[in-house]
Amino acid sequence: MSASTAPPRRVLAWSAPALLLLIALPFVVPPYQTVLLSYGLVFAIAALGFNLLLGYTGLLSFGHSAYFGTGAYAVAFIVKYLKLESMEAFLLGGILASGAVAALFGLLCVRYTKIFFGILTLALSQVLWSLAFKFFWVTGGSDGLRVPTPTLLGGTVRAGGDKFEFLSHRYYFYVLAVFVICTAVMWVIVHSPFGKALQAIRDNETRAEFVGVQVWRYRWVAFLISGMFTGLAGALWVPLNGLTTPDILHWTFSGKMVFFTVLGGFQTFFGPIVGAILYNYLETYAVGNTVYWQMVLGIVLVVLVLALPAGVVGTIRRLVLRPAKVA
Amino acid sequence: MDTIVVHLLNALLYASVMFLIAGGLSLIYGVMRIVNLAHGNLYAFGAYVTAWAVGRGLGGATEASFWLYLLLPVGAFAAAALGAVLEPTLLRPLYRRAEEYQLLITFGLLLILEDVMRLLWGPYPLQASALYEGLGSLTIGESIYPTYNLVVIVIGAAAAAALWAFVYRTQFGVVLRATSQNMRMAQALGVNVNRVYVQAFTLGCFMAGLAGSVIVPQQGAVLGMGVDALILAFVVVVIGGLGSLEGALIGAVMVGVVREAGITFFPEIELAVLYLMAALVLLIRPAGILGRA
Repeated sequence: MSASTAPPRRVLAWSAPALLLLIALPFVVPPYQTVLLSYGLVFAIAALGFNLLLGYTGLLSFGHSAYFGTGAYAVAFIVKYLKLESMEAFLLGGILASGAVAALFGLLCVRYTKIFFGILTLALSQVLWSLAFKFFWVTGGSDGLRVPTPTLLGGTVRAGGDKFEFLSHRYYFYVLAVFVICTAVMWVIVHSPFGKALQAIRDNETRAEFVGVQVWRYRWVAFLISGMFTGLAGALWVPLNGLTTPDILHWTFSGKMVFFTVLGGFQTFFGPIVGAILYNYLETYAVGNTVYWQMVLGIVLVVLVLALPAGVVGTIRRLVLRPAKVA
Repeated sequence: MDTIVVHLLNALLYASVMFLIAGGLSLIYGVMRIVNLAHGNLYAFGAYVTAWAVGRGLGGATEASFWLYLLLPVGAFAAAALGAVLEPTLLRPLYRRAEEYQLLITFGLLLILEDVMRLLWGPYPLQASALYEGLGSLTIGESIYPTYNLVVIVIGAAAAAALWAFVYRTQFGVVLRATSQNMRMAQALGVNVNRVYVQAFTLGCFMAGLAGSVIVPQQGAVLGMGVDALILAFVVVVIGGLGSLEGALIGAVMVGVVREAGITFFPEIELAVLYLMAALVLLIRPAGILGRA
């Protein structure tokens, strides 16, 4: 049941080519595909944050839409009230706002585990959703708030005339860079003594407490970091979408986050990343090809839980590692 | 004075429906330790089936005859039948697995059922308002109140009483409570746990379906009604205590009253107040007002 402990060399051996592929892709595939991939990478950042709680701390949150949405709405408010359009300001605002919300909600939630933790996170996220939905003179209600194309890197990179060209090229590389940084930071976190303590708590709370780990404080910090990653993803998501609506605060969006984390495999480090990108393609093509896309996703989820509980990455890893162990 | 009575009746109407939904959710959790995220969809399913049956029964007529009211429980039986199929096929393989997977499979079921209803009945709302209008209205002081709403309140109260008698006064109730308290011990004493699980799940789904059936003449059936109802049912069971039927009753009444007051006095934060209420109860008494840890 342990999370990925693959040695760095082997991880580099396949993550370096994967990164090169991601860099080369915009020059090969049509711009629409690049934008689609940007969405996937943004969700992957959210999934990384989400999985710090689920995979490494053993807490299933059904309310992570709260932090994603807070990040997105923070950006919309920065535009609306501060009249800024710098992406760095957006990211900073997104991280700070979602961090503040996660710090508060975390204080309340980490006292519980299992189903109570799930329901409490869900109820709190629904509070934010109903506020965004009802206070339409601040949040635009169900119409949401528009967000213009930002300027990147302190105003040095601007959108120019063609918004789509900007999103599929310059903004894609921006998202990719943030994604790589986030992945590296999360890798360091989960392999640090702090990360090991979280895994100890997940595997046996009583023993962890016995060896001197302050369980609730570690859980709270994990909750905070998790919320900030997800909020950062929300802030990155808004310029892509051009609009933020209460939908991303609704608990069904939290359900999607759980979905793609499990799709990739929450017991591995890279599983949620793969899951988020895959899920994004799956949803986009399902929505594009049938009005019954929810049914397609539901069937995939049911089959996944029944047949492949380790997720895509977990299953591949098992298939690859098993012969090695025999030899 | 009569406005207070009307508000009170509205609160009770709301509480009746919420009790039926949340009572089913709580019963299923109490016996099987599963939080069924698709529970709201069974409520919606009941509403759709009843609306469809009433529409068929009505034919081209606009006036509802008496026998049409007998079609009301059709949705409840349909939801129960659906539950009886779902439990052995989808949930049973998962009892030995971590509860994350149980939540996930019911989330998958939620997505599927949402689209099954779209597939069967299309994207437009279904009405059964002939039943609602057929009963006319009565006057309370100077206000007019729809008679049908009173019928719903009576059905809700009757269902609560019947359920209480069922759980505390019958042989089946004893087995149910025994399984809920200690599944292994009950099994060791010869209880067929698989059968109890199917029965409990079916009964819970029946209640959800009944809620949908009785409310559909008043509100109609729309896509997405299940997802909204589920969260409010969560609020009810969290306040009352997961797994406790009495708790679901208290929670439903509280939610009904707060909601009615909210719609009247603070419409902007009505929903937020409900969710905060649930969060507050969880913080003070994690197991709910009447729950056991």
